[in-house]
Amino acid sequence: MIPIEVSGLKKCYGSLKAVDDISFVVNKGEVFGLLGPNGAGKTTTIEILEGLRAKDGGDVKVLDLNPWKNGYELHKKIGVIPQEFAFLEKITPREAILYYADLFDVKVNPDEILKEVLLEESAKTNFDSLSGGQKQKTGLALSLVNTPEMLFLDEPTTGLDPNARRAIWEVIRGLKTKGKTIILTTHYLDEAQQLADRVAIMDHGHIVAMGTSDEIIAQHGSGERLEIHGTEELAHYIKTNTELHIEFYRQRSVISIALKKKGDALSALEAAEQSKMDYGEIKTRRDSLDDVFIKLVSGKVDEHGEIVENGEDKSKPNDKKRR
Amino acid sequence: MGSGKRILSDFKVFSRGYLRNRFGLFFGLIFPVILILIFGAIFAGSGTSAVNVYVQNQDAGPFASPQLNIAQQFLTALNSSGTAKITLVPDSENFSSYLASHSASDGIIIPENFSANYLAGNGVNVIVYGNPASSTSSIVSGTVNGVINYFNLNYYKQNATPIISIKQTTVNTQQTKYIDFLVPGLIGFAILVSPMFSLVNISSDYKKTKLFKQLSLTPLTKMEWLASKILWYIVLTIISFVLMVTVGILVYGAHITLTPWLIPFLLIGPTLFASLGMLVGTVTKNPETAGVIGNIVTFPMMFLSGTFFPISIMPQYLQTIAHVLPLFYIIEGLNNVMVYANYAGAIIDLAVVGAITVVIFVAAVKLFKWRED
Repeated sequence: MIPIEVSGLKKCYGSLKAVDDISFVVNKGEVFGLLGPNGAGKTTTIEILEGLRAKDGGDVKVLDLNPWKNGYELHKKIGVIPQEFAFLEKITPREAILYYADLFDVKVNPDEILKEVLLEESAKTNFDSLSGGQKQKTGLALSLVNTPEMLFLDEPTTGLDPNARRAIWEVIRGLKTKGKTIILTTHYLDEAQQLADRVAIMDHGHIVAMGTSDEIIAQHGSGERLEIHGTEELAHYIKTNTELHIEFYRQRSVISIALKKKGDALSALEAAEQSKMDYGEIKTRRDSLDDVFIKLVSGKVDEHGEIVENGEDKSKPNDKKRR
Repeated sequence: MGSGKRILSDFKVFSRGYLRNRFGLFFGLIFPVILILIFGAIFAGSGTSAVNVYVQNQDAGPFASPQLNIAQQFLTALNSSGTAKITLVPDSENFSSYLASHSASDGIIIPENFSANYLAGNGVNVIVYGNPASSTSSIVSGTVNGVINYFNLNYYKQNATPIISIKQTTVNTQQTKYIDFLVPGLIGFAILVSPMFSLVNISSDYKKTKLFKQLSLTPLTKMEWLASKILWYIVLTIISFVLMVTVGILVYGAHITLTPWLIPFLLIGPTLFASLGMLVGTVTKNPETAGVIGNIVTFPMMFLSGTFFPISIMPQYLQTIAHVLPLFYIIEGLNNVMVYANYAGAIIDLAVVGAITVVIFVAAVKLFKWRED
């Protein structure tokens, strides 16, 4: 049995197509990341999988169940942390675990779960006095009470400081080694790279790329690039005097040239020399997942998940800024 | 079985959280008791105590025998009326200034030679001071008039037995004081306020923080969740009831009948207002709107249902409005049971409240959604 099968999934809010015909599978024991900026449709997708939202079209199966119709049954087998996990204010993590154990009618050792999510020292603090990271960990703890086969983590580290994020990653890695199937959404690229075996990059309701990091880079990256530290005039000169594909990063003053063959680098440098203009450091590099992501979602994503127009002010020499 | 266990488990968690929140505890339990103490103190005894009347008796005699001191007999009669309580003012005082300096408007002067004139059959005036705007002044002048009539009659026909006299009979309602209405009224207040505000707040807040979604991922059902809240507010209402009745009786000597008839009101009342609060929180988009709508629904009920004063003192159109407010029937029912022992009336009130509760409860459960479409 494949734990999650999604095909042709659609969901609209009025005229907005939040999720527009997406398909993917998540395999057993895999950590699958849905990566994308805010409004890409990640949360809508994961909530449909959890049975918290109805779909408009397509097929969804989670653990062989229809999540919307068989939600009650499904919820006994899965663990979920919604985005910005909130809980009853005047309850301690330990009490919350026992409460969930009562609701699920299971026997648990709360201290064991608290240890698993690294929350032992705050076991007896009221929820409203916990830090953001401790609240998320409480959410993780609760999602484990029913010893689920699958975990759904919706932006588990959004808004947390770097230390708290790393602590949550530690917990998630621990769960992965225990063989849990995990699907997580995030707009942090490093989070997806750190945790996910496979990633689906979402933008405007579509999946624009899917696979391991290497697969995505191989498929969507532009291969090797030559970067020259120089002015926009120089970039323009090289562009008009060669056949090369050139982009200019205004903030860093970097001219970036896609190398279809090694010789392209030579043509670019010849043009630079001919221009009699000054230029600085020269280096070659390959596209990272970061570069591919920026290209695919047409912009860089800031720490709140919003697209910053055109990443770091990238432009084609002499072109008006896109969009 | 599973369902009952989940309700109890949720009840345990919710009540513990409630007790840890000092504000909720104050609002739910202490506040109604404070209201009883305050309103009880404001109106303490106003229904039955006699009006204080300052009297300057200028008739100094001399009297051959105490039987001939008519002025003294007049004052004794006045004092024994029960509606006026006499405080004598020394002859040396200027009466008007004395009243003014005691912030009083009600006073009587018995003039010089009052007794002698009466016995001789000469006309004599008793001077009554009063403020026409004050309700106590009419009580004083009425009482004085009555006593004067009695003395006039007696003059014409000495030792005659009066033809018309009053025979006092005690009726149950005759003894009611303001505090007797206040206790059921404020119990109604407690039945309304705590469950209503709480559920408006919780249901809109849980929706905003997605706590409902979180709970929907557990085997707890929304019916079980609501049941546990209702259960808690019934418990809270009963505790509050006991506190308020105790204070009413011990501090103000309220005359209240405690019978099993009260039980259905204490069960249905919180159910009704918890459901109504849930309904308001459910149909509104955010906590701010929910708060406003909650207030619009709650405040008229709080003041027009006979909470702080009997609705009979309100103008007719307000009484008409009161009759469409569910809390009115709860308070009327509580009055019927606790004050008037009118159980036939209480059954009608229960029937009305019961019917409203069923409608509101069903609407709340139907419209209340754990998850979104």
